[in-house]
Amino acid sequence: METKAFQRIYTQLTGITKATVSLRAQGVANEELAMVHGRLAQIVKIMGDLVTLQVFSGTEGIPTNAEVVFFGEPPKLKVGDDLAGRFFDAYGRPMFGDSEIEGEPREIGGPSVNPRRRKQPSELIATGIAGIDLNNTLVTGQKIPFFADPDQPFNQVMAMVALRAQADKIILGGMGLSNDDFLFFKNVFENAGALDRIISFVNTTEQPPVERLLVPDMALTAAEYFAVEKKEKVLVLLTDMTLYADALSIVSNRMDQIPSKDSMPGSLYSDLAKIYEKAVQFPDGGSITIIAVTTLSGGDITHAIPDNTGYITEGQLFLRTDSDTGKVIVDPFRSLSRLKQLVIGKKTREDHPQVMNAAVRLYADAANAKTKLENGFDLTEYDERALKFAHDYSEKLLAIDVNVEVDTMLNTAWQLFAKYFSKTEVAIKNEMVEKYWPVN
Amino acid sequence: MKTQGKVTGIISNLVVVEVDGPVAQNEICFINLADTKLMAEVIKVIGKLAYVQVFESTRGLRVGAPVEFQGHMLEVTLGPGLLSKNYDGLQHDLDKMKGIFLQRGDYTDALDFDSEWDFTPLVEPGAQVSSADWLGEVPENWVKHKIIVPFTFTDKYTVKSIVPAGRYKVSDTIAVLLDSKGEKHNVTMYQKWPVKKAITAYKEKPRPFKILETGIRVMDTLNPIAEGGTGFIPGPFGCGKTVLQHALAKQANADMIIMAACGERANEVVEIFTEFPRLDDPRTGRKLMERTTIICNTSNMPVAAREASVYTAMTIAEYYRSMGLKVLLLADSTSRWAQALREMSNRLEELPGPDAFPMDLPAIIANFYARAGFVYLNNGSTGSVTFIGTVSPAGGNLKEPVTESTKKAARCFYALSQQRADSKRYPAIDPMDSYSKYLEYPEIQDYLNKNINHAWVDMVMKAKNIIQRGREAFEQINILGDDGVPLDYHDRYWKAEIIDFAILQQDAFDKIDCNTSLERQRYMLEKVMQVCDTNFHFDGFEQCASYYKRIINVLKQMNYSEFQSEEFYNYEKEFEAILNERRLK
Ligand SMILES: Nc1ncnc2c1ncn2[C@@H]1O[C@H](COP(=O)(O)OP(=O)(O)O)[C@@H](O)[C@H]1O
Ligand SMILES: [Mg+2]
Repeated sequence: METKAFQRIYTQLTGITKATVSLRAQGVANEELAMVHGRLAQIVKIMGDLVTLQVFSGTEGIPTNAEVVFFGEPPKLKVGDDLAGRFFDAYGRPMFGDSEIEGEPREIGGPSVNPRRRKQPSELIATGIAGIDLNNTLVTGQKIPFFADPDQPFNQVMAMVALRAQADKIILGGMGLSNDDFLFFKNVFENAGALDRIISFVNTTEQPPVERLLVPDMALTAAEYFAVEKKEKVLVLLTDMTLYADALSIVSNRMDQIPSKDSMPGSLYSDLAKIYEKAVQFPDGGSITIIAVTTLSGGDITHAIPDNTGYITEGQLFLRTDSDTGKVIVDPFRSLSRLKQLVIGKKTREDHPQVMNAAVRLYADAANAKTKLENGFDLTEYDERALKFAHDYSEKLLAIDVNVEVDTMLNTAWQLFAKYFSKTEVAIKNEMVEKYWPVN
Repeated sequence: MKTQGKVTGIISNLVVVEVDGPVAQNEICFINLADTKLMAEVIKVIGKLAYVQVFESTRGLRVGAPVEFQGHMLEVTLGPGLLSKNYDGLQHDLDKMKGIFLQRGDYTDALDFDSEWDFTPLVEPGAQVSSADWLGEVPENWVKHKIIVPFTFTDKYTVKSIVPAGRYKVSDTIAVLLDSKGEKHNVTMYQKWPVKKAITAYKEKPRPFKILETGIRVMDTLNPIAEGGTGFIPGPFGCGKTVLQHALAKQANADMIIMAACGERANEVVEIFTEFPRLDDPRTGRKLMERTTIICNTSNMPVAAREASVYTAMTIAEYYRSMGLKVLLLADSTSRWAQALREMSNRLEELPGPDAFPMDLPAIIANFYARAGFVYLNNGSTGSVTFIGTVSPAGGNLKEPVTESTKKAARCFYALSQQRADSKRYPAIDPMDSYSKYLEYPEIQDYLNKNINHAWVDMVMKAKNIIQRGREAFEQINILGDDGVPLDYHDRYWKAEIIDFAILQQDAFDKIDCNTSLERQRYMLEKVMQVCDTNFHFDGFEQCASYYKRIINVLKQMNYSEFQSEEFYNYEKEFEAILNERRLK
């Protein structure tokens, strides 16, 4: 962002904290950008002529006589078709010495869609992963995070989902992404020959944490351009939202706000909702779907970050390693897609809802049998069969390396039912059983 | 002369304004930002400085921006045409707004000032009237919308003149009233009222004495809510708060439903927008949307308006109550409103209470719940506002300030259990933790015994006891193992399971099971209690389990069948036959 003629320049700071600087200045606007000692900053508080700026890359080394230049406008992103296939930093500046892009500047973090202008989502996203398509079906316009411990391969799964999702554009918002993971995404997209429909906004672990705060808004401003103006199906990947929330808490703590649970700012819910609620289905076909990652610590979902996320998103996908098969699975108990009702049995085969429920119920029976076993009680013959079923179900359907069509998933489930159970034990509506129970 | 001011400070949506005249707490003002006006509310005054919360983003606002105070608090506009509308939290009509995105300052009218209504007078000149008395009525969908003496009229009045039956606009004068000093007052078909003030223009507010049928068995049968009563639904995310509220909105036996979508997902409101104009109102056969008004401040809409949204909704509810209607008000989720209060309190640097919520949170919640109620109007008719809110406890822990404060204010507690939701036992209302204080009211007990079954309350208490004993038996079985306990424990456990599967669990997505009439609830509870009162013979626990599973299956089939249909009776015969197999003589 180049400096312009009318910009006012100040050279006297009155206060410096770890994340903010303050100075006396007049005529500036709330949320306006400025350059402080060559670093981007944004106005977060104005009291009379005392202005407080949040310096995104931190205040280390900033002297009291630093030069402060106000830009007279909030953060913007230039949007245009030119965005496609390119990599940007958190400020929306091209990476790898790429040229500036052509386009119309748009304020980031803009207003919300009028709920009356939305359409109810109803278009299924097929991922080939049965733990998702069968049990937690995704729909365009949905917002859903992976809840996973840091050692789970969530970025790999997310990249896989993104490539199979048949989106017109995939927008990656990387926050605190390790350089290895960043290169991983870049390679996967490159190898898939998909680079031309991918746009990335990336803040890596090597970059200052507060910069991350800009990433989701940058990614979603680009997404809104393609979804609204080009009526495209846009998929936004946000990883890792836990690191985003951590950056929020850094800023709020340094601004002396009273922290609420887990030292998170009291506004965490609203802050996260503003991002996730950008997911939308428009009546004319354009849509924004958000798939995010929220890393957990020690699987604790009562921590303020996953907890607030769960209250906002339309379900969550839990990754865990199944000790029985050694495979990473999408946990059928703790995962939920709240929008699946809109498509299963309607856009997919009629037996989908019943098969899904029956399989999860039988898997739960196996979990009970396992508990019995661990507590040293005898297993019934039914328990034994349930355990065998659970093993096959986990391997053939829940594991994330499965890649088949929904009909095949349903057929596989019926085969497992027939292999291990009687029709009454499976307890599915009679007309379905007659139609789909395998004969052999 | 309106008080004017200038912006002197901005912290997010908290703005400090230096004023040149008097301002009132909660007074509304407009801040000029270029050519738009941002609505804001005074929340603190120190000397010449008014602290206002802005109902919009303050991006781009500068010190020195002019502010104009309005001399009144946040108000809603009340009159014909509210029904079936979709409003934002400040009662702006969402349908009238331009563009895809919500633009700051795009404040649309709550009523349609151009449309005409068929007015019929209900009083003659010379009649004595006071606040909230009915002057006339207009048909609004299927409701007879009463045109009333404005709530702000505090004197006794004589009707000087009233227009003849005919078509009028809401802003036309339909009556002229003379106050006790002989001064004239024009009355139109609409009026304004500050949302934070309860409307108390009624004769009496007795203790609720009837129940409000919801069609949800675990509520009506086990823990009924009274008409004019209050209840709340706390539960971790994904446990079914919203599904339950939507079911209430679809089925409850109310004349009017007001849904306040308060700080939750936009797609959930879109679901209502999509479904309600299509679905039938089970009572009138008209479309559900015809009895519904939506106040929508989803989580991405301005935070300060979130707090306003529940008050806007309550005021509209009270307005319709004064027409003699049975109103059900639903708010999902009241925790978001409390969080909005917390955000503002933090910005004001107030001394925080528990979990950084404002100290007076319990009082704010209690005051709000107290506005619900069953009332006798001045003319002897009755009306009611029943309020059910959801609470979203942080981390699913019910020992947090919003849940605890609400528990003190609401009379029904419908606790959603994570465990029940995990095992897909929907609705996940925990039968033991939940309660309805109304069940202890002698007048409610009389009502139930008179209207359902003469021994209804006893039967319900007995069912609760069986559930409790079943739970204890289950714990023992888990500790000691299936064959480590007497067979009797299994029997007790399974009897409780029958109540669970046939009464408590109810499929919100099945067209028949979703809604159960009181008559049908009586029928099914009697069936279930018949099983519980029967002694059976079993050879072992596995036999016991598979036998009860058969009973559960046939009772579930009954629940899925049209009440008293041939199919229903066939399953009932099967049920009787199964009972006879093992009944001890
Ligand atoms: N009564 C019910 N019957 C069937 N499924 C239900 C029921 N209640 C909830 N669910 C399931 O649980 C999911 C979450 O419910 P929801 O009401 O949105 O939870 P909350 O509002 O508590 O977060 C729903 O999408 C649905 O799949
Ligand atoms: Mg909900």
